[in-house]
Amino acid sequence: MNASVEKIREQFPYLGRLDGKVMPPVYFDNAATSQKPKSVIDLAGAWLACANANVHRAIYGMAAEATEHYEAGREAVRGFINAASKDEIVFTSGTTASVNLLANIFGARYIGPEDEILVSEGEHHSNLVPWQMLCERSGAGLRFIPVASDGGWDLTAAERILADGKVRIVSVAHISNVLGIVNPVEELTAMAHRHGACVHIDGAQGVVHEPVDVRRIGCDFYSFSGHKLYALTGTGVLYGRKDLLETLPPWMGGGEMVDTVYFDRATYAPVPLRFEAGTPNFIAAATLKPAIEFVTSVRTPQLKAYEEDMTSFLVHELRQISGLRLYGTGGRKAPLVSFTVDGAHHSDIAALLDKMNIAVRSGLMCSEPLISKFGQTGMVRASLAPYNTMEECEYFVKSLRRAVKMLI
Amino acid sequence: MDSSIKETQQEIVDEFSAFDDWMDKYEYLIELGKSLPVMDGQNKQEDKLIKGCQSRVWLDTEFREGRLFFTADSDAIITKGIISLLIRVYNGRTPAEILAADNAFIDEIGLRENLSPTRANGLVSMMDRIRRDAEKYSK
Repeated sequence: MNASVEKIREQFPYLGRLDGKVMPPVYFDNAATSQKPKSVIDLAGAWLACANANVHRAIYGMAAEATEHYEAGREAVRGFINAASKDEIVFTSGTTASVNLLANIFGARYIGPEDEILVSEGEHHSNLVPWQMLCERSGAGLRFIPVASDGGWDLTAAERILADGKVRIVSVAHISNVLGIVNPVEELTAMAHRHGACVHIDGAQGVVHEPVDVRRIGCDFYSFSGHKLYALTGTGVLYGRKDLLETLPPWMGGGEMVDTVYFDRATYAPVPLRFEAGTPNFIAAATLKPAIEFVTSVRTPQLKAYEEDMTSFLVHELRQISGLRLYGTGGRKAPLVSFTVDGAHHSDIAALLDKMNIAVRSGLMCSEPLISKFGQTGMVRASLAPYNTMEECEYFVKSLRRAVKMLI
Repeated sequence: MDSSIKETQQEIVDEFSAFDDWMDKYEYLIELGKSLPVMDGQNKQEDKLIKGCQSRVWLDTEFREGRLFFTADSDAIITKGIISLLIRVYNGRTPAEILAADNAFIDEIGLRENLSPTRANGLVSMMDRIRRDAEKYSK
């Protein structure tokens, strides 16, 4: 095994879980959620024990400490995505909450019945349904960037739609959770801006695999979840350009989001607290700091090369299996492969792999329109993280062959 | 019907006890799935479809002379194997027999994960629908 990967694996307690088996589980469902390093688990435990006080409220020492941890999480996120200011980082409960928040606040301020919203055909339901709901409320139209059969965007079609001049916001995935292609978000952002539209990027997968610099991309908004990025579940981020965020009204009302409250009205807190009503998930949000430190520590050229080797190996080996169809081949890939095998159902493949101690995702993957577009009722997906190894990839391919042989 | 639900379930448990490991068990299940007749396309109407995120299940219930008869299908073969076991157990029973039964035998043969609410394969919903139909005709 690669020595640096060995060092990474030592940081993940789940890899010590044998449950009476000879090897730890091969966890290839990282696009759904990541396992947690010891630094995250330990700090969460320590803070629960010693720094559990509601943030931004009280005077006493422990409350100040909790607030410091929470705000350190925000600062870590700012640095990680190179936002200009900490005020541009809104904490949410996850990407889904971020997109819903954005659809509501942006929609309330900028979307009317004559306007259009542009998404791609490759969106996760979380970056589709909130916009459908906004269209239903506002009477706006929803347009789609076509996804080609190799999984790539049709940017020419996108430009045609944008040139109509009705699109107010473009909302697209940095990396699709099904296709795994790193999408040309910088190019699309520049194009959208030329046509006067704002851009939101769903970075749920993107932030995990790509270095994200929101100022280089030039996007107005960027969302992601903490739990896919090795932090605790129930954390998420909506990055928004400060001058733009400041024009947006709050969505949920409650504590913390206000400035002065009268019986009949209230004035609101400055951003980002205006969008963080109620007690936030402050310990989980604070774990974004150790999580980001972990991610930063594994972004070395050597580990990147190892990850690319694993992805190429999987793509190459899967192509050798008769009847296997790979999706999302038209571009640079994240370590994520989705496929179907003619004559073998995706859930059967996943069930047999489970018997062989391998965790993969199967089914619609919260992307029903995209999967239907490819004429399928589901797919199997293997998605890797830095703690996965080439040996696991080899075992996965061998096991997949065995499963397919049993089914066909 | 010659044997009771309990007896049929015991027969299945005995059959499965012959297998030493999961692979043999699943190979048999796949075999059962493949030998269950495919449901007529015309019968696969929307109202008979139980849609799970993982696999789709179709169930058609007929009530004749006080007994319930089931035809079912799935696009996933392991799911279909379990369906064939459930049909063998429940087909031709009275509503009262069905309502008094449970599916502990699936646990006993080591296939519990397949009939678990956490696995969105449509089987839990299919059992709910079988029980609901039994309830409907027991009145």
